[in-house]
Amino acid sequence: MPPTDVRELPFEQDILSESAPLWRSLEELPERTASGSDRREPSSASPDCPTLDRRQFLRLTAASLSVAGAGACSRAPQQSIVPYVHAPPQLVAGDPLYFATAVNLGGAAQGLLVKSNYGRPTKIEGNPSHPGSLGATDIFAQAAVLDLWDPDRAQAVLHQGQVSTWDGFVEALSARISRLSQNGGNGLRVLTESVTSPTLAGQLHALLERFPGARWHQYQPINRDHAYEGSRLAFGEVLEARYHFDQARVVLSLDSDFLAGPGVRYARDFVGARRAGDAHPDPGRLYVIECTPTLTGSFADHRYAARFGQIETIARALAQAIGLPVAGVLDAPALPSGALAACARDLKRNAGHALVVVGDAQPPVVHALAHAINEALGNVGRTVNYTAPILALAEPQGESLRQLTEDMAAGQVDTLIVLGGNPVYNAPADRLFGQRLAKVGLSVHLSLYDDETSALCNWQIPEAHFLESWSDTRAFDGTVAIQQPLIAPLYGGKSAHELLALLLGQTASNDYQTVRDFWTKVRPQADAEALWEQALHRGAFEGSQLPVRPASVRSDFLRAPASPIPDDTQLDLLFAPDPTVWDGRFANNAWLQELPKPLTKLTWDNAALVSPKLAQQLGLANEDQIELRYRGAVLLAPVWIVPGQAEATVTVTLGYGRSRAGRIGNGAGFDAYLLRRSDALWHGQGLQVRKTGAKVPLATTQHHFSMEGRRPIRVTTLDQFRRDPALVAGDAHRPRPNMYEAVRDEGYAWAMSINLDACIGCSACTIACQAENNIPIVGKSEVRRGREMHWIRVDRYYEGAADQPRTYFQPVPCMHCEDAPCEVVCPVEATVHDSEGLNLQVYNRCIGTRFCSNNCPYKVRRFNFLQYADEDTESLKAQRNPEVTVRMRGVMEKCTYCVQRITNARIEAEKDNRHLADGDVVTACQAACPTEAIVFGDLNDPHSQVNRAKASPLNYALLGELNTRPRTTYLAKLTNPNPELLQTRVDDAKADG
Amino acid sequence: MSSLGAHSYGSISQKISGIVLTAGTARWWVISFAACSLLTLVFFGAIGYLFYTGVGIWGLNVPVVWAFDITNYVWWIAIAMSGTFISAVLHLTRQPWGASISRFAEAMTVFALAIAGLFPILHLGRPWFFYWLTPYPNVMALWPQWRSPLVWDFFAILAYLLLSILFWYLGLIPDFATLRDRAPGRGAQITYGLLALGWRGEARHWQRRQSAQLLLAGLAVPLVVSVHSVVGLDFAAGNTPGWHSTIFPPFFVAGAMFSGFAMAMTIVVLLRRAFQLGDYITVRHLDNLAKLILAMGLVLAYSYVMELFMAWYSADRYEIYTALNRMRGPYAPVYWSLIFCVVVAPQALWSRRVRHSPWVLFGISILINVGMWLERFMLIVTSEHRDFLPSAWGMFYPTVWDWAILVGSIGFFGWLLLLFVRFVPVISMAEMRELLDHQRGAS
Amino acid sequence: MAQVFRPEQIFALKFGAAVAFILCVAGILLWRTLIAESPPIDSPVAQIPPFSHKHHVSDVGLDCRFCHATVETAAFAGLPPTSTCMTCHSQLFKGQPILAPVAASFRENRPLHWIRVHRLPDFVYFHHDIHISKGIGCSTCHGRVDQMPLLWRTQSLEMSWCLDCHRAPEKFLRPRNRVFDMGWNPPPDQLQQGRLLLADYGIDPRRLTDCSNCHR
Repeated sequence: MPPTDVRELPFEQDILSESAPLWRSLEELPERTASGSDRREPSSASPDCPTLDRRQFLRLTAASLSVAGAGACSRAPQQSIVPYVHAPPQLVAGDPLYFATAVNLGGAAQGLLVKSNYGRPTKIEGNPSHPGSLGATDIFAQAAVLDLWDPDRAQAVLHQGQVSTWDGFVEALSARISRLSQNGGNGLRVLTESVTSPTLAGQLHALLERFPGARWHQYQPINRDHAYEGSRLAFGEVLEARYHFDQARVVLSLDSDFLAGPGVRYARDFVGARRAGDAHPDPGRLYVIECTPTLTGSFADHRYAARFGQIETIARALAQAIGLPVAGVLDAPALPSGALAACARDLKRNAGHALVVVGDAQPPVVHALAHAINEALGNVGRTVNYTAPILALAEPQGESLRQLTEDMAAGQVDTLIVLGGNPVYNAPADRLFGQRLAKVGLSVHLSLYDDETSALCNWQIPEAHFLESWSDTRAFDGTVAIQQPLIAPLYGGKSAHELLALLLGQTASNDYQTVRDFWTKVRPQADAEALWEQALHRGAFEGSQLPVRPASVRSDFLRAPASPIPDDTQLDLLFAPDPTVWDGRFANNAWLQELPKPLTKLTWDNAALVSPKLAQQLGLANEDQIELRYRGAVLLAPVWIVPGQAEATVTVTLGYGRSRAGRIGNGAGFDAYLLRRSDALWHGQGLQVRKTGAKVPLATTQHHFSMEGRRPIRVTTLDQFRRDPALVAGDAHRPRPNMYEAVRDEGYAWAMSINLDACIGCSACTIACQAENNIPIVGKSEVRRGREMHWIRVDRYYEGAADQPRTYFQPVPCMHCEDAPCEVVCPVEATVHDSEGLNLQVYNRCIGTRFCSNNCPYKVRRFNFLQYADEDTESLKAQRNPEVTVRMRGVMEKCTYCVQRITNARIEAEKDNRHLADGDVVTACQAACPTEAIVFGDLNDPHSQVNRAKASPLNYALLGELNTRPRTTYLAKLTNPNPELLQTRVDDAKADG
Repeated sequence: MSSLGAHSYGSISQKISGIVLTAGTARWWVISFAACSLLTLVFFGAIGYLFYTGVGIWGLNVPVVWAFDITNYVWWIAIAMSGTFISAVLHLTRQPWGASISRFAEAMTVFALAIAGLFPILHLGRPWFFYWLTPYPNVMALWPQWRSPLVWDFFAILAYLLLSILFWYLGLIPDFATLRDRAPGRGAQITYGLLALGWRGEARHWQRRQSAQLLLAGLAVPLVVSVHSVVGLDFAAGNTPGWHSTIFPPFFVAGAMFSGFAMAMTIVVLLRRAFQLGDYITVRHLDNLAKLILAMGLVLAYSYVMELFMAWYSADRYEIYTALNRMRGPYAPVYWSLIFCVVVAPQALWSRRVRHSPWVLFGISILINVGMWLERFMLIVTSEHRDFLPSAWGMFYPTVWDWAILVGSIGFFGWLLLLFVRFVPVISMAEMRELLDHQRGAS
Repeated sequence: MAQVFRPEQIFALKFGAAVAFILCVAGILLWRTLIAESPPIDSPVAQIPPFSHKHHVSDVGLDCRFCHATVETAAFAGLPPTSTCMTCHSQLFKGQPILAPVAASFRENRPLHWIRVHRLPDFVYFHHDIHISKGIGCSTCHGRVDQMPLLWRTQSLEMSWCLDCHRAPEKFLRPRNRVFDMGWNPPPDQLQQGRLLLADYGIDPRRLTDCSNCHR
């Protein structure tokens, strides 16, 4: 009937009569969840296209075309709004909620605040009240949310590879348990990774009580055995060294990459202290002696490359210089003459405020020497404390694995429960774990993925992601945080707690109960409830850090003869965790795969890292394939030349060459574990290298690492700076004549300052930005074409001699120029300025001429050359940030200063008529930065942090001479070389030519 | 002066309309038409895939976001330069000798322009929104951004295209009438009759056509210059080192004339051979064209030198680096081969013997066409691939689709030309008859 | 020689050309209107159940916020969960066939499906709360909902329509206490009033046309 009538008529009967057909049409609508009422339901990036083959193309473009149609002129589809039947408490449709939880990715825990939209965890932030985070996160924690939504996760219980059920498993296991309880549990073995969870440890101990014959083994490929052994050597007991970098003025790192982790706290402490009072900077001094370039080495005031075996000699020489009764030696090879002596003097001068740290890879004796030196310098109690280990079981993991595998070989293991981890893939090759697994009667693997180990176990149980399950975990200082789920297991996953409860016969118990009960037992105060609530809210139990233990070094080991000097004529083979996929557990995380490794800028691959000199000797170039032959094992790997690598040293990173990682991780890189031996976990000698003549294409995001004298990064020394503060910035921020009208000075004027003296190059900002802004991944082949989409990239430059370069990092987001060159050339005004100084990119107006990118001197604009955003995979859609448009093919995009955060904050402020205060708006990169290198705020607020930063004489604008008047500026890097050693600096300055 | 001595009005019409009206079709035509049709298919096939998939099928990346697409665009629009310009200028300067080459030169312009006009649309990320460059009232209450050279370009091309078509068609009308009158078949009569727009050859018709042509010719010259100046500004308005230079507009106009004349030469020689038009397109025509080419070549050589000088004189680090990078960088081979094709090769035209031997001229003109394409590639890619921040430097490698669209567009151009020579008089009979009249008058 | 076409043929040709041209234009215009946003302006949208704003607002006298609870606090105005309906309808009109879907939804815990009447494109981020708190009334965008037995759209919701207000908010601003007043009509001196309110609400009109206000 014609509309007009309807309005006249009383509404009851006639509508019903005509409603019948409508009801059908409603049923035909795609069924929506409660979030259906959110019209901004985002779609998402496509991690499942490592290479865009033809089918990929067609699949992606089919979607994009439909959008194209919509974009052009097609009838808009009818939408339905679906409200709740019963509205859940505290949830306001469209508004996010935050929950405190914690994650432990094989090291120490980081406390997190996780954002949830309509019950979907979408973004991970650090928890300011958690000692392991202080509000920051590392790249792994940032990317962890993608794992939750990974479509390749294990989704069903598998028995012998066939889909089975949890009940089926319970049946099978309980049969086994009843038999075990007869024989006291002989032959029952549980293999875990490093366990810090008190509850889990409690359960395991309970298990060992119930089954006296059972054993608990602990192994993970990146373990701290040597550190613990070192403390046993030095103190006679296993202790955890807890460093206070904020107290240290002079730090010597012997092959330790403490800035890179575990966690982010040490980086914050170290850089924070160094930056104390930007007005009168008084940085301490950092010496690094290492085999392979690391973030820490790049940050050092003095960095020296040494071969693995030489580190011990250096440590001994240092100990002697400090005045310890060391046997043998003593002059330090590898170091320039006088370097070590000068360093020793520096340490002594700052006794009590000095610190010597040693990398986990170094043999125990080096750790012990460091403890001795620290004690001799009186650092203990000031810059370093000792506590009980944060691991629940501090036995040597290598030894533990040896026993397990030998028992397996001997057929003494009839039930093996593998809780997490992936030993078939990452156990040392000579342990033959996979082979020996066949001899085990019943093997069970609890795992996020149906991986290499799952394939060889009888049962594969899908593990609940840490955002899906309850647990608890310790931070680097032992503080216990509760791991709180934000969402029910997507695929009916189970947690280790549940599996152990099953073994303990507590069939009814779930992981919440288990954790809850454990803590009521531990803290049976009256206010246990309140404590629990508070811990949940804050994310950590107050004062639960481990108490400091008195410790004194037993000097006997000092007199023990030094280990044999390694044979210089042979090649060293070093193993290191991969900077982005770690030990392989993140191999299927597309964000991490596409994140450029901080020093090589490689993506999607690992490589055999060699020094320029070695490459020259062997006639190797980047991407050349070489054959690595070590103790009979043979491996093919591409070469990547790394300035600053120790000579005659080949470093391979672990975690690649996965066969059952998932669609992202499969087939990427080579599996370095094949060369790894139980007696040479980190370092082996006698490597043979042969060039095969083949080339392996690698995808790097930065091809050119010289600054070409353009000084994008400004560096000065402390003395230089004290003499002439203005020198370093030069005229880079001098106002220049300008024909454009000045930008208004009322309202807000957003700006950013990036402190190159604080940036350690960890790339946490890049991942945080990717997660916040729905930035798609493009796959290896596209990266090779130069089409990566990161809105904030971290540039890496080298300076100086190739064998001893100085390495600099520079995060580069959009500069939000006040006179933005990109704006004038856009024919459709898709990129324009707003009144608060943001350089906007209006996706729905962009037609993709790409002129703006041509005209951007900083090349921070990213273009969707193809349909990169995945619009098909449901689980990935759920991860997207609904506050940010998902870009389609053919539009330009770039850093927006997180305009969605600004807008929402401003709206909240305007609703109650207040002005935004400094710190009300925090960009994603700023929030994630472990060292607070990024500061964001309002230029029109004279007291804002960003104004203070820009007032520094170190402040300069990138390419300032172009007079684009960028809102993002940099603080120059400040180094503090030891005056005694400046000579060596001059020398290699000469070497630069 | 063309050697029309032997000819009468009738024989001229006979000869030229004969090319069109003959029943049979020459074998060379069939073969080359088949080949061009194939390439045309490739062209539109590639475009289809492009629209379906996105510009990612090309080798583009950041920093090199423009490459073959814009290179082809500038190349084609430069070729489109000569036709209208030649006939317009010759018309205004009352140079009757041009009559015999102006017709297909104009055709060439129209076709090349049509193809050139495609590329700005093809290169868009979302081509279906290209009309957002036009100022029309819309529900977004938005206008195009007048500061952007791309918008100026849009209008420049459109105006030039319309004018070229008008100018060309106006010239054709009386010839269509002639064909209509001479056509044997009823079908041909009707077709040409429609095209002739009822031309009856009255004095009034001739007089109005004359004045209209004069008017359009007067408009054409400034338009030609404006089009290529704007194309130059597309780059000069950018801050990319190697582009940001005020010399670009005149530089582009010269370049355009240069490649326009070269392409005209290529086609003249072929046509002359194909239809034995020696009487109408004489060695003198070739000689004059060659002189024009030589002159323009020298202007171009001068602007190359000026570019280097300005780079040095500006003392701008980035400009200097770009200049050197062109000569020494990874794309150096492109630079040097274009210098050979565009600067060195034309010097042969100083020699009268060369100017009088069609096939040598043909060879040189081909070299120049290639060289001019390379020049645009060099101009665009070497500037983009290493601009300000070394960390962002990159390389461009063409994909099969880049080549498909380039080759396809050439094929499509040939396809249109072949249809033109088969169904439209390649030489203006009307003007030829006028020319004959002049000569008679002179003698 | 003889002309190919006779005069009347020529006329026919010219006339035909003209007609063809007109038809083309007409065709395009028709097509544009056909692909216009749905449901179209001013045509009521039948819902299941046939909820009447007229009844609930005019007859019963419910406040907008009773059902659209978060309109002042969140971007999304909020649609009432079935439980809200049942606060009254567990008693009133109980068992009426017209309410069957509601009862069923409540009983079977199956959400109701409403057809969206006011729809914005996905790339537009609209916040109800800020508009309410800055004195934009419901009826300004949604029309006299209190007189609609079935809801229909009264405004185009096109960008130019948004800009009408964002470029001259003073034309539409109301005192805060009249925001939910369906009957509000601009006073004769609206422009003065509006300017006063503009200052009072602390609105910076220059920022209202920033793209970033609605597009991210």
